[in-house]
Amino acid sequence: MSRRELELYFGPQHIGMVGNFSITLSVEGDTIVEARANPGYLHRGFEKLMEYRNWVQNFPMVCRMNVVEPDSMEMVYAMAVEKLAEIDVPERAQYIRTIVLELSRLASHLFGCWAYANMLGLDTVAQWAMAYRDFILDLFEELMGGRVYHIYICPGGVRRDLPQGFEDKVMNFLKALGNHVPEFDAAFFNNRLFYERAKGIGKISREEAIELGATGQVLRAVGLQYDIRKIEPYAAYANVNFDVPTREDGDAYSRIWVIRDEMLQSASIIMQCLEKLPQGKVYKRTPNPFKWNIPAGDAYVRVESSRGELGLYLVSDGGNKPYRVHFRTPSFMHGIPILEKLLRGANISDVGNIMISLYVVAPEIDR
Amino acid sequence: MKNTAEKKSSVTPIKTLKFLFKKPITFKFPFETREASPRYRGFHLNDWEKCTGCGNCADICPNSAITMIEIPEIVPEPGKKNERPQIDYGRCCFCALCVDICPPGSLRLSRDYIHIDHATDSFVYLPKDEKIDTEHFVKPEAYSIFQASLNHRKQYFEGFISDLNFTLFDPEREPVEILPASERVRSFIEEMKGYTEEQAKREALRCLECSLCEEVCPAHMKISDYIKAIYDENLTESVRKIYEDNPLPGVCGRVCTHKCETACSIGYRGEPVAIRWLKRYAVDNLETGKIKEIISIFKGPELKRRVSIIGSGPSGLSAAYYLSLMGYQVVIYEAKAKPGGIMRYGIPKYRLPESALDRDIDIIKSMGVEIKLNTKVGKDIEFKKIKEESDAVFIATGFPEPRSTGIKGIDSEGCYQALDLLEKIASGEKIKVGEKVVIIGGGNVAFDIGRSLARLQMEKFGKVNITLTCLEKAGEMLADQEEIEEGGEEGLVIKPGRSPKEVLFDENGRIRGLRTVKCLSIFDEEGRFNPKVDETDVEDYEGNMIVEAIGQAPDYSYLDKEILDDLEIVRGRIVTDEYGRTKIPWLFAGGDIVHGPDIIHAIADGHRAAQGIDMYLGSKSEKVN
Repeated sequence: MSRRELELYFGPQHIGMVGNFSITLSVEGDTIVEARANPGYLHRGFEKLMEYRNWVQNFPMVCRMNVVEPDSMEMVYAMAVEKLAEIDVPERAQYIRTIVLELSRLASHLFGCWAYANMLGLDTVAQWAMAYRDFILDLFEELMGGRVYHIYICPGGVRRDLPQGFEDKVMNFLKALGNHVPEFDAAFFNNRLFYERAKGIGKISREEAIELGATGQVLRAVGLQYDIRKIEPYAAYANVNFDVPTREDGDAYSRIWVIRDEMLQSASIIMQCLEKLPQGKVYKRTPNPFKWNIPAGDAYVRVESSRGELGLYLVSDGGNKPYRVHFRTPSFMHGIPILEKLLRGANISDVGNIMISLYVVAPEIDR
Repeated sequence: MKNTAEKKSSVTPIKTLKFLFKKPITFKFPFETREASPRYRGFHLNDWEKCTGCGNCADICPNSAITMIEIPEIVPEPGKKNERPQIDYGRCCFCALCVDICPPGSLRLSRDYIHIDHATDSFVYLPKDEKIDTEHFVKPEAYSIFQASLNHRKQYFEGFISDLNFTLFDPEREPVEILPASERVRSFIEEMKGYTEEQAKREALRCLECSLCEEVCPAHMKISDYIKAIYDENLTESVRKIYEDNPLPGVCGRVCTHKCETACSIGYRGEPVAIRWLKRYAVDNLETGKIKEIISIFKGPELKRRVSIIGSGPSGLSAAYYLSLMGYQVVIYEAKAKPGGIMRYGIPKYRLPESALDRDIDIIKSMGVEIKLNTKVGKDIEFKKIKEESDAVFIATGFPEPRSTGIKGIDSEGCYQALDLLEKIASGEKIKVGEKVVIIGGGNVAFDIGRSLARLQMEKFGKVNITLTCLEKAGEMLADQEEIEEGGEEGLVIKPGRSPKEVLFDENGRIRGLRTVKCLSIFDEEGRFNPKVDETDVEDYEGNMIVEAIGQAPDYSYLDKEILDDLEIVRGRIVTDEYGRTKIPWLFAGGDIVHGPDIIHAIADGHRAAQGIDMYLGSKSEKVN
């Protein structure tokens, strides 16, 4: 480091930092010369802890790796166990899972809008987004009994059937949110303030994005139609129609617009699922958790979480506990190599902007 | 939803000002509150009356937040521990796995979630519910959010509760194949087929290993261990565990009264684990030679002490087995031609085939037990002589003498005693079966003779006509539920709540039936047998054969008067301590003459008496050589 450079700690207490995460910056004037992501504040060793808990005890654990969108974590774990143990999940459960996953994607995207708008000082939009997220949490509470950690999608299906009148409540919510879209657009997505602040910020080229392992809206913002729901459909995604929105520019502005368009698609998926929802069981009973041995083998499964491709590599040695668990989390790619790359040469005032536009959730990095 | 086109503007955001005049969606907590949803996962509730203390909640908790705490005020009963779960809310993650594993469904979550307290240790909490804790569970109108804590909660505020469709245990039992009634009534072939390997594994998988059954089993068999070994496909280990407490598993695997299954925690809301069939599966599927090899490992060095056992029933055989394992020289004196006592001569072959009994006895004999058959003590050999030859004597002669109702005409021709008939059927003797039979009694023996006679009637007349009548009301009958069901399927007509009055005769002096009156109650206020009847409610049952099966009595005629004087006998049963010790130091007793009423109690008695005898002789024993 030359003498003109200054080392600057950004986070975890910095006001522009979302989550327990920090970056060590080398700055020269206002320009960042070098950025080193500094994760680990949330490291609780989940992958190791899971090796000491049986197949059923693990499913309330996985959701804790992503506070904002726990359901995709539960889903990926359930899918891996179902693949290893060869469990057929009832169809109704698959539809309910899809509804839950999309509601949770909506909640997560609204949370992202809150974070971004809040950071830009557009507090009205931030409050709106948070309020609508809270309505989704109300729905979750009604269905699962928990607002943040749902512990609902379990190996074999889901833990409880839809309560009475739940479908109507979801529809009413979607209508209310839909009616609010023009105002969101006016106040945020089409707001010149937002445009000026986000356009051209954190720009990544298509080649770099692919090379650094970007997925989700980071990849879709450079024009690639990459979505696990289309490539390897799981749950009931094969039975619903939806588009994969993309943008070309690869900057923060494009990424937020991809998120906006995805929310509309999610709403449409939920409506289709509610319409097609079959009758029947929602849970295929798994064996006694204390004696449930899963045949030796390994499985890699992946889902499209609200942040990108979420994968799980699960190994069983034939016992009642996993032998090895490894999560491929999108935030790891976005929060370390891509963030470091994008911060290089950026202005200090854009650090929060770039980081939030990448949609990093710290516990996903520190699993 | 509309996809609004992209039009950047600095003016349109001003539109949001209109929201200033809208009603806010937020509310002023805590002056305004919002109730949690009906499925909310809040603080725990536990119904202490339903809770069995099985500890499955503590085992499943992924965060080790649950500890089982002994509650001194609760009196433990067999199958119900006095332990209750305690939750550490510093660790609990409200995942509700404990709710979904709880077999009786006593543990639930409520919709309360606010806890205000200055003390950090107030997070550790022993959940109860409004049923027994009226102080801390207040009526909704008395509830105040400013006091909200684990000690100030709303009554009847259940949230996430157990649902049998979503439990983590399987409430449904693996069905065991049984011959259909129309087929089994035609022969004495064993009616139960037993589990296949796959079925046994599936059934063994259901066991939660909470061990409530082990406390209830009179022999305290290591049930969860041997079931786990079956699940692990390790029959050797399973049989080793079984033989630790029960040397007659082939018998018990078929006809045990399975007290264990009534205690099984899954049985509270589902079907209990089929412990009996699993035991049978383990023992039946391991070669006899292999079993002998397993148990011979436990045989200790031979001792120069001799123990005599009178009676080769379950208690005698059990004592003989454990004594010979300890190295004692054991001789059993048996009056009948074959060993086994009531197991051979009382239980019909369709429930317990002779091959299974012979196999168990063969394994016991291979331990060095000598059985002197056709030797009735008091007739073929004097009790005094046995005493002189032995260092200790264990008597387990059971209840061989049938009891009679003593009603008018019961001693005439065509009236029989169930045990006599069962013995004849078991020994292969032909008996004269009536076309219409009336059986008096509602216990297992009544059903044994009833169902045996049904088979003989089927053979001779091609149809079954048997009426079974007993004092007990339906639902209170002493026989096992499955006996009642299977007997009914085979054509037995059951008339409960009737008291026999007299035997009816036709003009030729032959039996034509039994007259009964309605039985109102069996025991008086002091709990003594004293039936009250309604003489006006009369019913006659047709039958040219009447069989009494109302119980048996002991026969102590082989004991000398001095010995009988020294023994304490209460209502026909010898009083002993838990190790089978009588008032006479060298004399031990067990089985029906001490406890009753079933095989597994007798086996447990035999085992404990063996320990008692070892305590008595152990200090005086010397090794051979």
